[in-house]
Amino acid sequence: MSTENKAPEEVKAAKKEKIPRQKMPEQPPDVRRKNFEEVPYGYTPELAMKEAERCIQCKDPRCRQGCPVEIDIPGFIRFIKEGDFEGAIRKIWEKNSLPAVCGRVCPQEIQCEGLCILGKKDEPVAIGNLERFAADYQRLHGRDILPPKAAPTGKKVAVVGSGPAGLTVAGDLILKGHEVTIFEALHAPGGVLVYGIPEFRLPKEIVFHECNYLKRLGVKIELSQVIGRSETVDELLERFDAVFLGVGAGLPIFLKIPGEHYIGVYSANEYLTRSNLMKAYDFPNYDTPIVRGKKVATFGGGNVAMDAARTALRLGAEHSYIIYRRGREEMPARAAEIHHAEEEGVEFLLLTNPVRFLGNEEGFLTGVECLRMELGEPDASGRRRPVPIPGSEFTIEIDTAVIAIGSGANPLLTKSTPGLALNKWGYIIADPKTGKTMKPRVWAGGDIVTGAATVILAMGAGRLASNSIHDFLTYGW
Amino acid sequence: MFEIVERQEMAEGTIISNWIKAPKIARKAKPGQFVILRANEKGERIPLTMADTDPERGLINIIYMVVGKSTALFKTLKVGDSYQDVIGPLGQPTHLEKVGKVICVGGGTGIAVLYPITRGLKQLGNYVYSVIGARSKNLLILEDKMRAVSDELMICTDDGTYGHKGFVTDKLKETLERDKDIALAVCIGPVPMMKFCCKITKDFGVKTLVSLNPIMVDGTGMCGCCRVQVGGEMKFACVDGPEFDGHQVDFDELSLRLRSYLPQEKLSYEQFLASQAHVCSCKT
Repeated sequence: MSTENKAPEEVKAAKKEKIPRQKMPEQPPDVRRKNFEEVPYGYTPELAMKEAERCIQCKDPRCRQGCPVEIDIPGFIRFIKEGDFEGAIRKIWEKNSLPAVCGRVCPQEIQCEGLCILGKKDEPVAIGNLERFAADYQRLHGRDILPPKAAPTGKKVAVVGSGPAGLTVAGDLILKGHEVTIFEALHAPGGVLVYGIPEFRLPKEIVFHECNYLKRLGVKIELSQVIGRSETVDELLERFDAVFLGVGAGLPIFLKIPGEHYIGVYSANEYLTRSNLMKAYDFPNYDTPIVRGKKVATFGGGNVAMDAARTALRLGAEHSYIIYRRGREEMPARAAEIHHAEEEGVEFLLLTNPVRFLGNEEGFLTGVECLRMELGEPDASGRRRPVPIPGSEFTIEIDTAVIAIGSGANPLLTKSTPGLALNKWGYIIADPKTGKTMKPRVWAGGDIVTGAATVILAMGAGRLASNSIHDFLTYGW
Repeated sequence: MFEIVERQEMAEGTIISNWIKAPKIARKAKPGQFVILRANEKGERIPLTMADTDPERGLINIIYMVVGKSTALFKTLKVGDSYQDVIGPLGQPTHLEKVGKVICVGGGTGIAVLYPITRGLKQLGNYVYSVIGARSKNLLILEDKMRAVSDELMICTDDGTYGHKGFVTDKLKETLERDKDIALAVCIGPVPMMKFCCKITKDFGVKTLVSLNPIMVDGTGMCGCCRVQVGGEMKFACVDGPEFDGHQVDFDELSLRLRSYLPQEKLSYEQFLASQAHVCSCKT
């Protein structure tokens, strides 16, 4: 085929196809299903430089358009290619203060990597792996450096919640010279990064390191402060020039079927919080217990469900089922997460819907009665609606159930904050371009605005809000 | 860190009172609200309803019974030691109002939770009957404090070593029969006690508040561990409670869920006691 009517970048792409995408070494499935250590080991410098070689340095990089925080992707990859790993992290820090986290948990396949020109004919550049490499290399081997900070403005910002949205706002505004204080309800910073995402997918040491990086920049983090109870937003407004609300969507949704009170039935929030934040997997060395089920069913088909089902295996489950009412194609989890779960031995019971939990006289869960489903016409979400097959009831023996069908808006903060406008689900109404709420000097972003979504979307919302807060503090609008 | 500035052992060392330096919480706390405490980095998050506060000195008071590893660990903390975390105030405050005549019933450490509510009701001008009970005289707590905020105080012990021999339910029933003007009952104590108190007050048609103590993790409505059935609806004790209309609460389900971790709690406690014993034998 002639190269004449192709874009120059596609021509370059054709020339670069010789190096295959470099695989990240990882723990074998039969080993890792028994431990809580991280699954992939990360790139070596050699692997990273080889992978960086694959990037063709597009003039008009599409990958960057796919990044909610607009990292200069070809820019940092060029530094890695040249072996200047400090240059790479500095380039990333210009736009992202949580690269070790994003490199691990962003859905790159639908963002940067999904738009990479190499992906048209071959596999895209492993941008996520390279970002992770740059951050890990800096953490483990780098010099003690920090990005430059603007001169102090004397303005004070309160950030409520230390999840991905809040950390992004804090990181952005501290670099712009404002004073930033984060208020976190739990006893450790990181929000969903510490209570929700398991150790084997995101080691907590990495989250604490990213939080420490913000502290070294001058961000104050006040733990165990439940805004709405310890102090109200109106009280914060007396002490701060602006307030950002990034409190997440922390309200568990239950199946609302009989028997949810039995011992062994958990919300995913509780199951994961016990295991991750409270380290119940290390009980009795740590004091918080968890039921170590032999037969565990997780209900739902998202990333949280995969995390719970894989946690159950590591806690000693002989069978860890995912029970989902639609089919495999409709599962909202990332393909990589489903793949990892399957490799480790998670069993998928698709087109299956729970009807009621069964328990014994002492109140312990013994099973779940389910109905088989078939797919009907598409519903409002565009996915085919599951319809029960009459008379298809059957029972599965289980001793632990984890309900991972989503989460809602926790009303604790919003109820105690007059002047905020909420939508019918209780989420805060905020301008999608600026994060401004209906309450003066208050911004919001992340899951408490959009409903449960991803880490990087929350970070993107944090970025928009921090820009708007900076404009307000600087120009008064 | 949250320093213990006063400490008292009650009920032969089975119940401990701590006054803890927590100025922000002391300023905000209202009767009926709770805090979550963690002794150290590896500790569980333990919810305890505040027994009193002293906003001027920036102190809160908690009173707990030693029942397992975490409370046994709390007991090892002396004056000058600190809790790693104290979070609060959490939960809804008690809705206090003048209704005329009220009866406050407390059992065991429930009396500690009952005290600030009783005081609040008394300060609003209610006529307060109080009934407090324990298994035995030496296990009864806060008699003087309760007496000071009650118009009539009745005492019950299971073994008859002090006051009426029998349960608090006996005196509750007797008082409701004697005075038909009682408009509100507040009953706080072990789950079976609250359940039977509510049966009695229901027969008399007297509105009844109870304060529940289910297992919790975060205490902010995030995990759903503390879910209870109230009037056939799922409620979270940490944010919707901890107080509820006692006539609507499913106490049997609450009892069942409180037993969730009995085997683990036993294991953890035994290991802790063994480790404490080891420390002692090394010293001798």
